[in-house]
Amino acid sequence: MKKVTLQIDEKKIDAEEGQTVFQAAKKAGIIIPNLCYHDNLEPFGACRLCMVEIEKHNRKRLVASCCYPVEEGLVVVTRNEKIDKIRRVLSELLLAISPSGTHAVLAKEYGVTESRFELEQNPDSPCNLCGLCVRYCKEIKKSNAVAFNGRGVNKKVALVPGVSDQCLSCRQCFTVCDAGKIVYLVDNLL
Amino acid sequence: MTKLKSTSELEKLRKKIISEKDPKKRCIAVCSGTGCLASGSKHLSEVFQEELKKYKLSGKMEIRKTGCHGFCEKGPIVLIYPDEICYLKVKATDVSDIISQTIKEGKIVDRLLYTDPNTGKKIAKEYEIPFYKNQNRLIFGNNSKIDPTSIEDYLALGGYTALAKTLFKFKPEQVIEEVKKAELRGRGGGGFPAGKKWESTRKASGEPKYIIVNCDEGDPGAFMDRSLMEGNPHLVLEGLIIGGYAIGSHEGFIYVRQEYPLAVENTELAIKKAEELGLLGKNILGSGFDFTISIHRGAGAFVSGESSALMSAIEGKVGEPRSKYVHTSAKGLWDKPSNLNNVETFANVPIIINKGAEWFRKIGTEGSKGTKIFSLVGKVNNTGLVEVPMGTTLRQIIYDIGGGIPKEKKFKAVQTGGPSGGCLPEKFLDFPVDFDELYKAGSMMGSGGMIVMDEDTCMVDLAKYFTNFLADESCGKCVPCREGLRHMLKILEDITAGKATKEHVAHLEELSEVVRDASLCALGQSAPNPVLSTLRYFRDEYDAHIRGECPAKVCKNLIAYYIDPERCQGCGLCRKNCPTNAIRGETKTVHVINQEKCIKCNTCFDVCPKNFRAVSKLSGKPVPTLVNDGTPIKPLKR
Ligand SMILES: Cc1cc2nc3c(=O)[nH]c(=O)nc-3n(C[C@H](O)[C@H](O)[C@H](O)COP(=O)(O)O)c2cc1C
Repeated sequence: MKKVTLQIDEKKIDAEEGQTVFQAAKKAGIIIPNLCYHDNLEPFGACRLCMVEIEKHNRKRLVASCCYPVEEGLVVVTRNEKIDKIRRVLSELLLAISPSGTHAVLAKEYGVTESRFELEQNPDSPCNLCGLCVRYCKEIKKSNAVAFNGRGVNKKVALVPGVSDQCLSCRQCFTVCDAGKIVYLVDNLL
Repeated sequence: MTKLKSTSELEKLRKKIISEKDPKKRCIAVCSGTGCLASGSKHLSEVFQEELKKYKLSGKMEIRKTGCHGFCEKGPIVLIYPDEICYLKVKATDVSDIISQTIKEGKIVDRLLYTDPNTGKKIAKEYEIPFYKNQNRLIFGNNSKIDPTSIEDYLALGGYTALAKTLFKFKPEQVIEEVKKAELRGRGGGGFPAGKKWESTRKASGEPKYIIVNCDEGDPGAFMDRSLMEGNPHLVLEGLIIGGYAIGSHEGFIYVRQEYPLAVENTELAIKKAEELGLLGKNILGSGFDFTISIHRGAGAFVSGESSALMSAIEGKVGEPRSKYVHTSAKGLWDKPSNLNNVETFANVPIIINKGAEWFRKIGTEGSKGTKIFSLVGKVNNTGLVEVPMGTTLRQIIYDIGGGIPKEKKFKAVQTGGPSGGCLPEKFLDFPVDFDELYKAGSMMGSGGMIVMDEDTCMVDLAKYFTNFLADESCGKCVPCREGLRHMLKILEDITAGKATKEHVAHLEELSEVVRDASLCALGQSAPNPVLSTLRYFRDEYDAHIRGECPAKVCKNLIAYYIDPERCQGCGLCRKNCPTNAIRGETKTVHVINQEKCIKCNTCFDVCPKNFRAVSKLSGKPVPTLVNDGTPIKPLKR
């Protein structure tokens, strides 16, 4: 593997080509907030909490660090005013889905105690659609028993009829679910 | 048909086709684009055929079913060549007059001509009608001259000359150089330099390479890509084959939305005919270059037009965007180098090759060369497809071509760039339209949608409308786009309902900025444009709503209907038509609206006789105290 050197928060960091900025940072002990990242799954880029600012050819840009590949000489900043604003507002949006969970801890860290946005009424259980269960099932179990359903504001995680009988005995993806949605769905299979 | 094996064989065929066409022979071109078909042009062509038979003119004249002419609002359109007499809104019952008068006697049927709404003058020739006269139809011009199902029509007008020139006179790199020199920018929205994209796909490692036409056109109200694809498919095919040669691809795709059946039909036929002539397939024109094209029918969500989503859809997966930090030119369709361009982008290519980059560069502005097709709709007299050089001002488009605002209303704003574009106020009317200027003003070119709004439009309501569309069309993958749009919409609903405070407007603005900066794909990144641009140019309207007033008197919660006792003539029309029986009053006495029962359906406003104008809408002020029941009317002075 080819080595590349980049700079994250003023620290020189060695990384391997093909890694993402998020992975390189994690290895160097720099924690970037996230909800949809998992070491063993393909990057997804959905929660956007891991947005960082990169500088290239004297141009600054905000990117999702979980998807952005490392490059030689890349300069990365993981916190500044713009990034903090994004994380603050995103955690408010997440708090409107559910008042508790990993994001609530993060929200506090970014000075958010209460969301300005109206709390959603979730008839079943809350879910932020991080897709960990869907991807775990597809990429690791190779089963495709959990899938996204619908589009836009109506998108939901759902068990695929016919395939999901195995879920009752599998339950492996429960460990990746923060909100407990998948537990709820599987319990309701009974 | 036998396959053509060289440029000279192509030219021989072209000569033969042209020699068989008598330029003096009359041709009746009946627009058969989707718009005119919907208003009955299929039947019209049949009636023309029958009538010609009756007059024993069948062989002497051609009925040509052409593609869209762009003036769809006035369809079905019939053009008579060689004189270019243009008849509008032609009905089957008009055919007999057209044949007996125009064709037999050379007389013009006045009632079918365009009437200038300002002067009342009738105009016979297409090229003299302001709608057409003020355009420059570089790309779109041949739509009204050819039958899209006939490759001969396309060849007669010089079709596939650019392909032959490319294959025998240019190395692939030279084609890219020419397109770069022409500074052609993508017409699908982003305005990315086409030559540069072609170059990076050519240079990317990995085989095979793919080249794709984007004819998804999910932008409601835009139909330029459909009209090109169904009206002049060979132009797009020719551009695509040239592009394939340039980037080193042998396999092209055309992604067409399912809702465009005629575009699919005409393109399928065009591919077949081009293959039969050896203009497509193996060893094109004997050059040794192979290229095939397949059509992919898209399920037609707005987001499927986004490049990574479109490629996923062709692969048979869910059409959802992914991060494109590794460009599709390096890793696209099946992870191979892939080049995607819009229909109109490809349609420009044969013209650039034929006329040269130098010629092409002379049209347009410093940063945007060539022309652009806009779909001009909304509160404007002449709606339709309009092609103008880049840099044409909004005023020229809306007033000179569009004929201004109907009913003597005032212009208020124009929304450019489709649902996620921005709204520009009056001060931009003399503003040159090109990629960079629109962006600077807080809007965008997008696919070329242009919606004109008059004084009766509420800008907050409009922002709500587009945000609602985008919230539905978001794929829902990333948090800022899905959740952000959901809450933006909620706040907008509260504002238009008069339930919001100044703080809500501040939240809306901050949320919009985060959705713009943090969303995964360009849908989310541009989705806040309607809100941000109206906040920038029409903030006073947001403030007014906070105070409880809708200045355009559109938002139902903030308006009240009121009958002016000085003007009401007690005719009872409003009372009889009110669906909720909210109006009381005896004949010849002043009528009164019961505000509790009123559902603000506007019926009373619509039915009150124009010379009374007794019903009015109020906003931001209390409804005047009611008159007593039975108050006699005051007759209006004449
Ligand atoms: C939500 C969304 C919808 C899009 N829809 C279309 C479309 O219908 N047609 C199109 O040509 N480009 C569309 N695009 C732009 C494409 O992603 C891509 O930039 C374009 O097809 C590239 O062609 P061009 O360089 O010739 O413009 C869309 C982009 C987004 C984000």
